[in-house]
Amino acid sequence: MSIERLKDHLSGTFLVAAREVREQFRDWRIIFPIVVLTLFFPVLMNYTANRLVNFVQQYDAPIIGERLIPFLLMVVGFFPISISLVIALESFVGEKERMTIEPLLCTPLSDTQLYFGKLLASLTPPLFASYLGTTVYLIGVMYRVGWHAEPLFLLQIFVLATMMALVMVSGSVVISSQTTSVRAANLLASFIVIPMAFLLQAESALMFWGRYNALWWVAVGLLIIASLLIRSGLAQFRREELLEREMDTLNLRWIGKTFWRFFKGEGSSLWGWWRSEVLRSGRKALLPSGLTILVLLLGGYVGASQAKVFVLPPEFIQENWNSGEIVNRLGNLQLLPSYTVGLVWFQNLRAILLASLGGFFTFGVLGMLVLLLPFALIGYFMASLAQVGISPGAFLMAFILPHAIFEVPAILLAGGAILRLGASFASPARGQTVGEAWLKALSDWAKVMIGLVMPLLLGAALVEMLITPRLALWLMTR
Amino acid sequence: MIEIENLSKAFRDFWAVRDLNLRVETGQVLALLGPNGAGKTTTVRMLTTILRPTRGTARVAGYDVIAQPEKVRAAVGVLTEGHGLYPRMTADEYLDFFARAYRLSPPTHKQRIDELLSFFGLADARRKQIGQFSKGMRQKLALARALLHNPPVLLLDEPTSAMDPASARLVRDAILELRSKERAIIVCTHNLSEAEEIADQIAIINHGKIILQGSPQQLKRALQGTARFRIRFATPLNSHTPALVKGAELLQQGEDWLLYQTTQAHSVNPALIHHLTQQGFPILTIEEQVYSLEEVYLRAVEGKLQDVH
Repeated sequence: MSIERLKDHLSGTFLVAAREVREQFRDWRIIFPIVVLTLFFPVLMNYTANRLVNFVQQYDAPIIGERLIPFLLMVVGFFPISISLVIALESFVGEKERMTIEPLLCTPLSDTQLYFGKLLASLTPPLFASYLGTTVYLIGVMYRVGWHAEPLFLLQIFVLATMMALVMVSGSVVISSQTTSVRAANLLASFIVIPMAFLLQAESALMFWGRYNALWWVAVGLLIIASLLIRSGLAQFRREELLEREMDTLNLRWIGKTFWRFFKGEGSSLWGWWRSEVLRSGRKALLPSGLTILVLLLGGYVGASQAKVFVLPPEFIQENWNSGEIVNRLGNLQLLPSYTVGLVWFQNLRAILLASLGGFFTFGVLGMLVLLLPFALIGYFMASLAQVGISPGAFLMAFILPHAIFEVPAILLAGGAILRLGASFASPARGQTVGEAWLKALSDWAKVMIGLVMPLLLGAALVEMLITPRLALWLMTR
Repeated sequence: MIEIENLSKAFRDFWAVRDLNLRVETGQVLALLGPNGAGKTTTVRMLTTILRPTRGTARVAGYDVIAQPEKVRAAVGVLTEGHGLYPRMTADEYLDFFARAYRLSPPTHKQRIDELLSFFGLADARRKQIGQFSKGMRQKLALARALLHNPPVLLLDEPTSAMDPASARLVRDAILELRSKERAIIVCTHNLSEAEEIADQIAIINHGKIILQGSPQQLKRALQGTARFRIRFATPLNSHTPALVKGAELLQQGEDWLLYQTTQAHSVNPALIHHLTQQGFPILTIEEQVYSLEEVYLRAVEGKLQDVH
């Protein structure tokens, strides 16, 4: 992008943002809570901090006071940014409901300019209030309690507040894109409010625990979530679709028909369907499967690294390994389950369905975490064996490789399909609504599952039950 | 100029507009008439690129609505169905914002805002918040916004709705003046007399399809297949139904009048006048009944007329 284009792009973005901010500052419903949360609330928190510090000192528990003051700082910073959610919903879906968005969409301003302009406008006043409130609180505790914040901690609080606001605003854009009224958007906003409430509790726990460095990881996590939500919001904020969706209506007939059309595809017979449709969907999952490989390798590495932290007693490993008892013990851990073929198959399938469900809500992220777990366990066992001088290769050969020939491709294909399903929210193809794109990805996922993953898992279950235990025993007792 | 070829839009399984073909030359006004939900607003939205056509194409001011949407938007002035005004902004701020959005240079746009506010009689209210404006003032301000960047194509959805007669007259005159300045204009309206007054062409749309298109005169002529005449008598008929001559068919009868139709007016009318006078029904006046645009519209929407273009 040339400098001139960038300048032009930014000027359009700031134009949209400036108009909205100006309007917000004329609305007493926004001004009033901002003033209260910026001035009154920090003063109240100051008073609370002072009283509590004095109180806990009477019982010789100064640590509670020490932990309480930074905690209240975080609370003071968070409360004003909670308004950003309301402003964002109003800015995106409110404009749609009042039909003021239509003339705006008729201008040469691009979708990106409109999106970022509104995003900026929803962030600016609450963040300004948050920073100001934090400053008021800091000045108060400095004079009343004599507490000074470390510059790095202060930076941490500002970064956390900014990231949380960004997640709330970008999340509310995604919600707004799927609704046509502020009322419906407010109902859906609980999908943002509840996770944010949990996050705040987790942050509080970390602060009382004194693990301030972990807050940086929270900020990084929030940044990743915000990036995914912004990507998704940008994909859904398309003027050609903003006014056309019947998104508040659940049209099950249309959903069923569209899914079936995508699922059936051009196949006229079962074999024809498998050859054309299933293989085509499988090919589409190949690229994201590559990403799954990286994630699984990372899982193995993380598991292996934990072997040094959670050390298994060497005598326990050696005794079991040499006697072949490990086959039975690992069976208890369900690495070599003592079930039937059907149960093994069902259990693996259930895990993949669980991963799919998790991936559906989280752009594929939670799905990857579920798939990563067994690989982390394998990494952990291999590293534990290596620590006591047993070849991890033997473990791999005996316990994993036979059925992995079927299971790993199944997991990779499933991972690819889950990632595509999650990503369909973030990047629907041009000319397709989000609903259509998601139904298409869901039909691809279903084709991969039914046509490839389920048969591969059945093969894996057969090998796991009939070959792996014998091979493992033979290798252990040789 | 606006060229529309087979333009269609489907929302899931419902076709809002289907195979629309229209052509509006520069200097022409096309009135798009149709009942609510006929597809007028969907058509306008496709022409402003805020809805993507399912199939077909349209060129607006020489730009393709699918391939060059940004250029189309820069060349079109739109008056949307809702006013789309921000109630907490002043008229000045509102027009200034849109002038910048249309990338007008600051010295030009200040002058343009002054001109438009004066033209629409809003100069005194320029620093008032839009929330305090009357419906008519809002409509005028929205129209000023549509004209800000002097676009070669205007798409006006109900331009005079909610206006008092004087303001509506002002807007209609403005549209006629704008047409003379080499613009292509599409006006969506329910006001048939307004359409007749300002439009060179009228297209009647129903269920997403153009069912009738032509000049107002052409449309009326299309309905005029069988000539209808009304005879008013000098004295009341007192419930008598006069016998008519061969070739004249009685349609309706009133206290001192009757309405008939004939396909051979030249021979039937003199004979009928003579016949009625002889029967003792003195004739006061006789006049041909010309269909109003409203009748044309209603009959077209009811499916009783064919395309005349």
